[in-house]
Amino acid sequence: MSDNNLIIESSPQIKQFDSTSTVMWAVSLCLLPAGAWGVWVFGLRVLGVLFASIMAAVLAEAAMAFLLKKSILNTIKDGSAILTGILIGFNMPPSIPFYIPAVASVFAIIVVKWTFGGLGGNFMNPALAGRVFVFFSWTGPMTRWTMPKTLTAVDAITNATPLGYLKSGLLEYTGSVKGPADFLVETGYPHTGLDSVVTSWLNTNMGFNLSDGYIDMFLGNIPGSLGEVSVALLLLGSIYLFIRKIITWEIPVSYILSFGILIWIFGGTRYSGGSYFSGDVLFHLFTGGIILGAFYMATDMVTSPLNRIGMLIYGIGIGFLTFLIRIYGSFPEGVSLAIILMNIFVPMIDQYTKSSRFGVQIKKVVK
Amino acid sequence: MKGLKTFNRGGVHPPGNKYLSEQKPIKNAVISDLSVIAMSQHLGSPSEAVVSPGDTVREGMLIGKSTGFISGNIHSPVPGTVKEITDIYLPNGNTSKAVVIEMEGEFDRLGKEVIETSWDHFSGKELIDIIHSNGIVGLGGATFPANVKFSIPKGKKAEFLVINGVECEPYLTADHRLMLEKADQIIEGIKIIASIIKPEKLAIGIEINKENAIESIREAALRAELDLDVIGLKVKYPQGDEKQLLKAVTGREVPSGALPIEIGCVVSNVGTVNAVYEAVVLGKPLIERVITVSGGAIKNPQNLKARIGTPIKSLIEECGGFVEKPVKVVVGGPMMGFTIYDLDTPVTKGTSGILALTAREVKGAAQTACISCGRCIAACPMGLNPTTLFKYIDHSDYESAENIGLMDCKECGSCGYVCLARIPLIQGFRLGKRMLITKKVKA
Repeated sequence: MSDNNLIIESSPQIKQFDSTSTVMWAVSLCLLPAGAWGVWVFGLRVLGVLFASIMAAVLAEAAMAFLLKKSILNTIKDGSAILTGILIGFNMPPSIPFYIPAVASVFAIIVVKWTFGGLGGNFMNPALAGRVFVFFSWTGPMTRWTMPKTLTAVDAITNATPLGYLKSGLLEYTGSVKGPADFLVETGYPHTGLDSVVTSWLNTNMGFNLSDGYIDMFLGNIPGSLGEVSVALLLLGSIYLFIRKIITWEIPVSYILSFGILIWIFGGTRYSGGSYFSGDVLFHLFTGGIILGAFYMATDMVTSPLNRIGMLIYGIGIGFLTFLIRIYGSFPEGVSLAIILMNIFVPMIDQYTKSSRFGVQIKKVVK
Repeated sequence: MKGLKTFNRGGVHPPGNKYLSEQKPIKNAVISDLSVIAMSQHLGSPSEAVVSPGDTVREGMLIGKSTGFISGNIHSPVPGTVKEITDIYLPNGNTSKAVVIEMEGEFDRLGKEVIETSWDHFSGKELIDIIHSNGIVGLGGATFPANVKFSIPKGKKAEFLVINGVECEPYLTADHRLMLEKADQIIEGIKIIASIIKPEKLAIGIEINKENAIESIREAALRAELDLDVIGLKVKYPQGDEKQLLKAVTGREVPSGALPIEIGCVVSNVGTVNAVYEAVVLGKPLIERVITVSGGAIKNPQNLKARIGTPIKSLIEECGGFVEKPVKVVVGGPMMGFTIYDLDTPVTKGTSGILALTAREVKGAAQTACISCGRCIAACPMGLNPTTLFKYIDHSDYESAENIGLMDCKECGSCGYVCLARIPLIQGFRLGKRMLITKKVKA
């Protein structure tokens, strides 16, 4: 009695739920709230940017699948091109001309991903490489920032991200400030009414001693790349990724911890009267792309190490490079460059962090 | 729970689904009119049929003779006439000679009074001979001939006898039921094996999802005044693999490529221990075993004691048939078992379970390229790198795969279970091993 409908395959006969495509879709889903925030504070134009980056990524992916005679539908269905498109859109300033994210996506998919073999073959995060490519090609539009509509104070000078404002402002500043947040307040960087209310409530009732501005940075009431500003919503999405075990703690924690410790040790020395061990960690975590980078981009499976120890080394490396670029480099931001620089080291990290085999003693070679 | 013993590298937590059958007492299965007894039911060389078509056989009569050091005897599960000797496919895809017996006449054991004989006067050598002549093989899955395992090589000493009551494969509850229903017999069996290999310590490892089995064995050991260390283990697959079990129980690691006796240990499954008891005390050859028939597509999952040679179809029918169409019928557990397409495939000594699985349980997905998530590495209990191993094998570079430990893989399926890209890792490793072995034979 043969039944030709029964599947014959090698063990294991059952699988856990997740697959490549569910992971890609879950990450995309978790980015939705932060993207929606971008649309809300920067206007409907943001949808156009995201549409351009996603469509360009999907079309480039389809074109490559067609050229290489792979199933176009199956290639698109794995969700990786859409995720790359979303991440590229997230890393764009809201006012960017639509062709720039499209070029970034095409570069990411064709040059960074497919020339190395498509899904799983690339050694560098396609979205970040695409972003860096257009950043150096169109530096002007890529550093032109839009004020969120929740920040009412309209001032031409403050049309910069907190980090950019800090980097250029500190060069000429002659006054005395405790740290970056203090600097923003002193020089009149705007903040929302909500921020003032919550901050003063926290300071009086909870015993904090915060300057104005942190709540805005946490919620996303600051200029910046359209998907990176809302720390709160990005963290919310990452909780889901942790619960589903799609990302593990190693990379985000080692990244944030190493970066935070370095900022705490050295970050304060840039200010008048500043000393070691006085850096403003919170400010640096809430601004720029740290959270988006740590939870959604450094954790990219293809371009991160395989072993737990390797992941920790990788995270620490990104933390160190981000710190170096932000505090001592000429760019206000450093996340994208730090991650793609560490991507290059991943094969080497994997080489030196092999897991110990069961029942195999490491033999010392006696000469 | 914290502080419970387990192994330290890798492991996965597939859904257990043991609730489907763990409450169901072992029931004698209906004996099929036609039994197909494979001559290759154990690890090692196949047995040689010693009957011819037309011969009359009695229940428990020798029909297949062991043909080498690692081989086993096979006995007729039913009285009757040999109809033919034919070739069949085994669940693992190999072919085997098989003796087909049409049942007729009177059973010698079934329904007759059980006579227990004392065994204290037997020497270890004599006990091993009894175990060998009754065709006892490891019932945990590997079907390694028990007499070979209990013959301690010269110069080696068995410090530990570790009994495997882990049953870490999802769905399977046959060993669980045995420990509940045959605890005294298992304890007696442990005494028999202990008298052969003379270990210093006796231990049994049971996952703590079988709390009543732990209790049952503990009480039976007390009754028999046997100094047996009953160890509750953390629920983690593959805790029941002998290397992982020994790591958890003794803290020792079996060296790569070696057998447990290298670190002074002998491991035996509770089913095997029960079979040893039945062979030595009741004089009964291995002609039946307990099989869990379960899975989402089975109407009424059960633990059946079935005769070797019974067609799988008849056991499924006895469990009420299918409630929905299964996408896979698996012989063995879901992690290491084999899929079959022919439900006439007979039960062999190694058949621990028959599972009819639905699409919801199988969770198939499209295969993609490896995305280097590293989950297989985190899951491998042997500390191997499955993704790199597979890439070597995919490029036919079997030597490089061997250098990074291909031969240490015991195909537990943990890597394949977690693989996001649904890469047939285990299939690749089987191919790689076979290529290496073929090359070595040629060389």
